[in-house]
Amino acid sequence: MHNYKAIVIGVSAGGLHALGQILPKLPADFPLPVIIVQHISPQSDNFMIRHFNSISKLAVKEADEKEEIVPGTIYFAPPNYHLIVENDFTFSLSVDERVNFSRPSIDVLFETAAEAYAETLIGIILTGANNDGSRGLKRIKDFGGFTIVQNPATSEVSAMPEAAIKIAKVDKILDLDKIADFLMRLT
Amino acid sequence: MALPIKDELEIIKENENIEIELLLNAIFMKFGYDFRNYGKAHIKRRILHRKMVSGMNSISEMTHKMLYDPLFYQEILQDLSITVTEMFRDPSFYLSLRSEIAPLLKTYPFLKIWHAGCATGEEVYSMAILLKEEGLLKRTQIYATDFNQLALQKARAGIYPIDRIKEFTQNYQKSGGKSSFSDYYNARYDSVILNESLRENVVFADHNLVTDSVFGEMNMIICRNVMIYFDKELQNKVIKLFHDSLVPGGFLCLGSKESLRFAESSPRFESTFDKEKIYRKKFTV
Ligand SMILES: C[S@@+](CC[C@H](N)C(=O)[O-])C[C@H]1O[C@@H](n2cnc3c(N)ncnc32)[C@H](O)[C@@H]1O
Repeated sequence: MHNYKAIVIGVSAGGLHALGQILPKLPADFPLPVIIVQHISPQSDNFMIRHFNSISKLAVKEADEKEEIVPGTIYFAPPNYHLIVENDFTFSLSVDERVNFSRPSIDVLFETAAEAYAETLIGIILTGANNDGSRGLKRIKDFGGFTIVQNPATSEVSAMPEAAIKIAKVDKILDLDKIADFLMRLT
Repeated sequence: MALPIKDELEIIKENENIEIELLLNAIFMKFGYDFRNYGKAHIKRRILHRKMVSGMNSISEMTHKMLYDPLFYQEILQDLSITVTEMFRDPSFYLSLRSEIAPLLKTYPFLKIWHAGCATGEEVYSMAILLKEEGLLKRTQIYATDFNQLALQKARAGIYPIDRIKEFTQNYQKSGGKSSFSDYYNARYDSVILNESLRENVVFADHNLVTDSVFGEMNMIICRNVMIYFDKELQNKVIKLFHDSLVPGGFLCLGSKESLRFAESSPRFESTFDKEKIYRKKFTV
């Protein structure tokens, strides 16, 4: 039995629907924090947070800088900031250049989380139209973490899952509607 | 069986962290810039990025080169200081300044405003435009500081790439701008130069928040997206510095994702305009 400590999810175009198939299914006593980068316009309000809060059993919030990451909470990267995980399991934010044309960037979250959580991290790439997240997912794999990619065939936009599968030797390729169940079994 | 890869990575990680500490200590000892209390993961990302683009084999090699090659040191300094900024960043912040704070500022005969960590100056010119439209610019002295000399040079020049103007104009309009944004600049080839009159009351100066001291008697301090790079201890210290630099009733404006949460001096501020991260130093202690 593996002792996982956190889940990171990267998702772009089609995210509202895809996350809607995962987050609401996680039970109230789900034991891990879930940290999400959803590519989003810099000006967006907190619609995503309110939406998922209203349909999830877990608390959903925007990640605050210096905030301690606690189990059973779903965190979203704020629009226009990179979200970074520190080695002491707190968040940092940064406004530095876009990475893969994105801020927040999935790679930035995944690479720093990989380093902090090493083999206790689960990384997931979902639907999206670019290749952000591939490098980060590979990094998670290199550190011994568990990697999952949404089956491109069940992805609204398949480019991002395809890119991730190409670069990282992923552990599991799953249909969207199987991901939540799989996470519950894994943890 | 081969050694599992992850142990190897653990060793690399441990060594890299040691090498980074040594690099930061070398910067401090040699140049006096103190990055030791900046967010670790962020510093590491920037240093590893520089290592990659400069084709070096290790962080220790970088430390060596930095000590002997001033140009390389400048590059590292640029890496560690993120100067990404824009005009009227977070338009709703400027909207609040206009509607809630400007009326209070109008009651003062003379104003001193400090932009700490002004980067390439976009924020300073945004403020100057707002003050001008509120009829406050003439009675205001603005101090715009940063520890990055290159950024300060650009700030002084007030010249920006023309391809950013669309974004700046949209921000300006959303921020409650009262004129046409194009009144404030002249286009020249692929850049724009902001009107001279906006910088008449601005002094640009080198100031390091970690190692330099108080800037006295400010009515307002704007320090946005600078302290997100500091650890809690350093944030705490710098917020105290701001507290000591403000007049009673003076305003402290932070970035949209920053707050006084971890500051010991937070009880000495009112958070009336909390949503836009505008705090006010209390009149009585
Ligand atoms: C991301 S920019 C913020 C620019 C602007 N305030 C804004 O919000 O758009 C951060 C700036 O803080 C400056 N900075 C970082 N550490 C500093 C220090 N110790 N003292 C002075 N400036 C510092 C950097 O050089 C950089 O220009």
